Amino acid sequence: MSDATDTAVLRARGLRKEYGTGEGLVRAVDGIDLDIRAGETVAVMGPSGCGKSTLLHLLGGLDRPSGGEVTLNGRRIDDIGEKALARMRRTDVGFVFQAFHLLEELTAIENVELSALLAGRSPRAARRRAHELLEQVGLADRARFLPSALSGGQRQRVAIARALSNEPLVVLADEPTGNLDSAAILDVLQLFEKLHEAGQTLVIVTHDARIAATADRLISMRDGAFIDETHLTGGTTGRLGALAGLDD
Amino acid sequence: MGRILLVCRLAVRDLRRRRTEAALLLFAIVTATTTLTLALVLRDAAADPYQSTREATNGPDVVASVNRAAELPDLDELAAAPGVTGHSGPYPVTAARLQASDKTSDVQVLGRDAAPAPVDQPALTQGGWVRDGGVVVEAAFAHAFNVRVGDPVTLNGRSFEVVGVAVTAAMAPYPGSSCIVAVGCANGPVRPAELPASLIWNPGLVWLTQADVRSIAAGSVSYVMNLKLADPSEATAFVAARQPATMGTPYLMSWESILDDATEMARDAQILLMIGAWLLGLLAVASLSVLVGGRIADQTRRVGLLKAVGGTPGLIAAVLLAEYVLVALVAAAAGLAIGWRTAPLLAASGAGLIGSAGTPAMTLPTAGLVTAVALAVAVAATFLPAVRAARSSTVSALADAARPPHRTGWLIAISARLPVPLLLALRVAARRPRRVVLGVVSIAITISGIYVALVLNDYLTAHPLAAGVDAVQAGLLRRVLLAVMVILVCLAAVNAVFITWATALDNRHSSALARTLGATPGEVSAALAAAQILPALVGAVAGVFPGGYALFAAINAITGGDGSKATLPSLWQLLALVLAAVFVVAALTAVPARLGARRPVIDSLQAELT
Ligand SMILES: Nc1ncnc2c1ncn2[C@@H]1O[C@H](COP(=O)(O)OP(=O)(O)O)[C@@H](O)[C@H]1O
Ligand SMILES: [Mg+2]
Repeated sequence: MSDATDTAVLRARGLRKEYGTGEGLVRAVDGIDLDIRAGETVAVMGPSGCGKSTLLHLLGGLDRPSGGEVTLNGRRIDDIGEKALARMRRTDVGFVFQAFHLLEELTAIENVELSALLAGRSPRAARRRAHELLEQVGLADRARFLPSALSGGQRQRVAIARALSNEPLVVLADEPTGNLDSAAILDVLQLFEKLHEAGQTLVIVTHDARIAATADRLISMRDGAFIDETHLTGGTTGRLGALAGLDD
Repeated sequence: MGRILLVCRLAVRDLRRRRTEAALLLFAIVTATTTLTLALVLRDAAADPYQSTREATNGPDVVASVNRAAELPDLDELAAAPGVTGHSGPYPVTAARLQASDKTSDVQVLGRDAAPAPVDQPALTQGGWVRDGGVVVEAAFAHAFNVRVGDPVTLNGRSFEVVGVAVTAAMAPYPGSSCIVAVGCANGPVRPAELPASLIWNPGLVWLTQADVRSIAAGSVSYVMNLKLADPSEATAFVAARQPATMGTPYLMSWESILDDATEMARDAQILLMIGAWLLGLLAVASLSVLVGGRIADQTRRVGLLKAVGGTPGLIAAVLLAEYVLVALVAAAAGLAIGWRTAPLLAASGAGLIGSAGTPAMTLPTAGLVTAVALAVAVAATFLPAVRAARSSTVSALADAARPPHRTGWLIAISARLPVPLLLALRVAARRPRRVVLGVVSIAITISGIYVALVLNDYLTAHPLAAGVDAVQAGLLRRVLLAVMVILVCLAAVNAVFITWATALDNRHSSALARTLGATPGEVSAALAAAQILPALVGAVAGVFPGGYALFAAINAITGGDGSKATLPSLWQLLALVLAAVFVVAALTAVPARLGARRPVIDSLQAELT
């Protein structure tokens, strides 16, 4: 794990997040150290309420830590201003949420190109990139559909395409299959595998063992802290059997 | 009965739960009902006193005057004309200078007999009738000039004592007096330098004995005769038939034209108020729609609960309507009370007529009309949302699904070419087109009101004579204008804040999402502000043209005024007006627009989910 430090894209040290005070104090994230190498896929698992989402928000600069450091691509992001954070999210991080968070009034392709437009790309370049991405997630023929006309799995694939729009250093996915039926889960699963193979750095919070099995590393959380860390063999594709071949 | 009680109880509970909103609603409707009440009360107040004065003084149907003694036979001829059933006079009249303590004023001095006249016997409101050495002063003039029974005054240097104050129907009350002296009269706020010295300016009216008039007459003496006709409604025709096209003698005036003069100012003020009431009513509908739209979106969950426990769509619509009807009724009552109480302030200078000094009467039709308008405003603004909420499916209501955003494809496509804040702003606007239209309309109404106020104010200042008003009337009209404008601007400001607030709440999720995707807080708040400012700009421009222009034309058409005499605001004035409107909207919306833009993204993103 120590050799990971040099090549880490995303790094956390003593990361803490507390909610409330006194009796009601909740340590959602409680002193976490983490290094994620470029191209690595990390799965985070744990019971509901153990702090997975909070951790992801801290790593992606959506929320501010109560203590500790987060470094993205060698730059501290826990102490920079909102504006700088926004710029960082624009170029370096892609988010995928359980609830998709697509804009209802925008078509699939308009949702995907939005991040590129916000990053200041030309409308034409943004549109071209969105086309490629929709093709990549297998939804080229649904480009002009509104989210309300898409299935859950299709919506999540649009959201993933959007997350990839600005070629982020890391994609953070929070229970991306939590709202999906099993057929849709398979679609999304395959998509993440493809991304993994293409060398995309991924952090996926999930309850789904099949997704977790595609990861290079599996982290178990409880009460805001890591309780177990498993390196999976070769970090290869979704064979559940791979879980048996534990690395250390 | 039980159902009605239930509906009322639910309605009252909900209003109490949201006091601020209820108060704002109330404010919006009260402004409109107050203005409308003022307009209606003033209309009644304007016509009534003249009629009662005419009855009390046995007022003339026609007043005739000649400027020389040699023309007196013409008056005698008139008195014998067919259709004339009675007359008084001829009485001598002359111009004079009245001095009381340190004030002086021009007056027309009318000589009368000590005995009561059969036609136009002025009715005393204080003191007694003329006697040698005693002067009676017309009531409105006495009020304006501040003289009382017992005060010593001089007329052309000779001392008199004020022995009485009286009203007449033979001449409009001060300062609306008609000119019956040979030297001629002029009216206006400031005596123009080029005015011939002989011309008397803003004259009041006083009565002396005929002997006293002759004794103080410095220049020529004119003569006035009051005529009674068999049929008073023939007065205008009688005058028209005899009045030579040129300004020949005798000079004739029908009682209808005197009534017009007497009520002119009140009528103009009433027209302004009427238009103000309309503008305010429209604004009130706009602010209500925004408020109610926001409330209903907020209430969907409550509606779902009501339905889940068995409330029918009818019951739910009834509860929602009952809330606004309740507010409307309170607003109508408040508007009637305030309008009725403040009307005398605006009608004060009508003191020259009997009955005008007291509080104007509140008539049943006025109360009915004001209440009906308040109810109409409330129902118009709430009917659609109430029905929509009542009809929505229980499940989606329980899930608190807000009204889905509107999609305007071409706007979304265009916005892709714009810088980020404008891109977001256009999309914010495109999500709720009806709200944008309300914003535009609200600003346009206000700006057209201000435009007209500017034109009228300018006109009243520059050409009071051409406008047919004197200083006091011009001042009164300006006060009315100012009052209407202040209320208009307040209501528009409240509207702007409502709209931004509703927009900010409505866009919490999409704003948070934009920030997740990398938009800065600055860009997001700039977008929310721009989404208000752009419509404000459109509204301000539309309020100047065609709005203000059309409104001014409409006012001219209604009042029969000659708009070509008015100078329209200059280009830079209009530019300043538009810029000021945009600036005010920007300032008003800055706070709500920044609301939450600096909170961590995740709060807003999740606020939508929980
Ligand atoms: N905004 C918040 N305010 C207070 N407590 C919170 C907030 N967000 C999360 N928590 C608490 O922090 C803990 C971790 O939450 P979360 O990270 O959402 O867990 P997970 O994603 O693993 O289910 C939970 O106990 C939750 O109640
Ligand atoms: Mg979670």
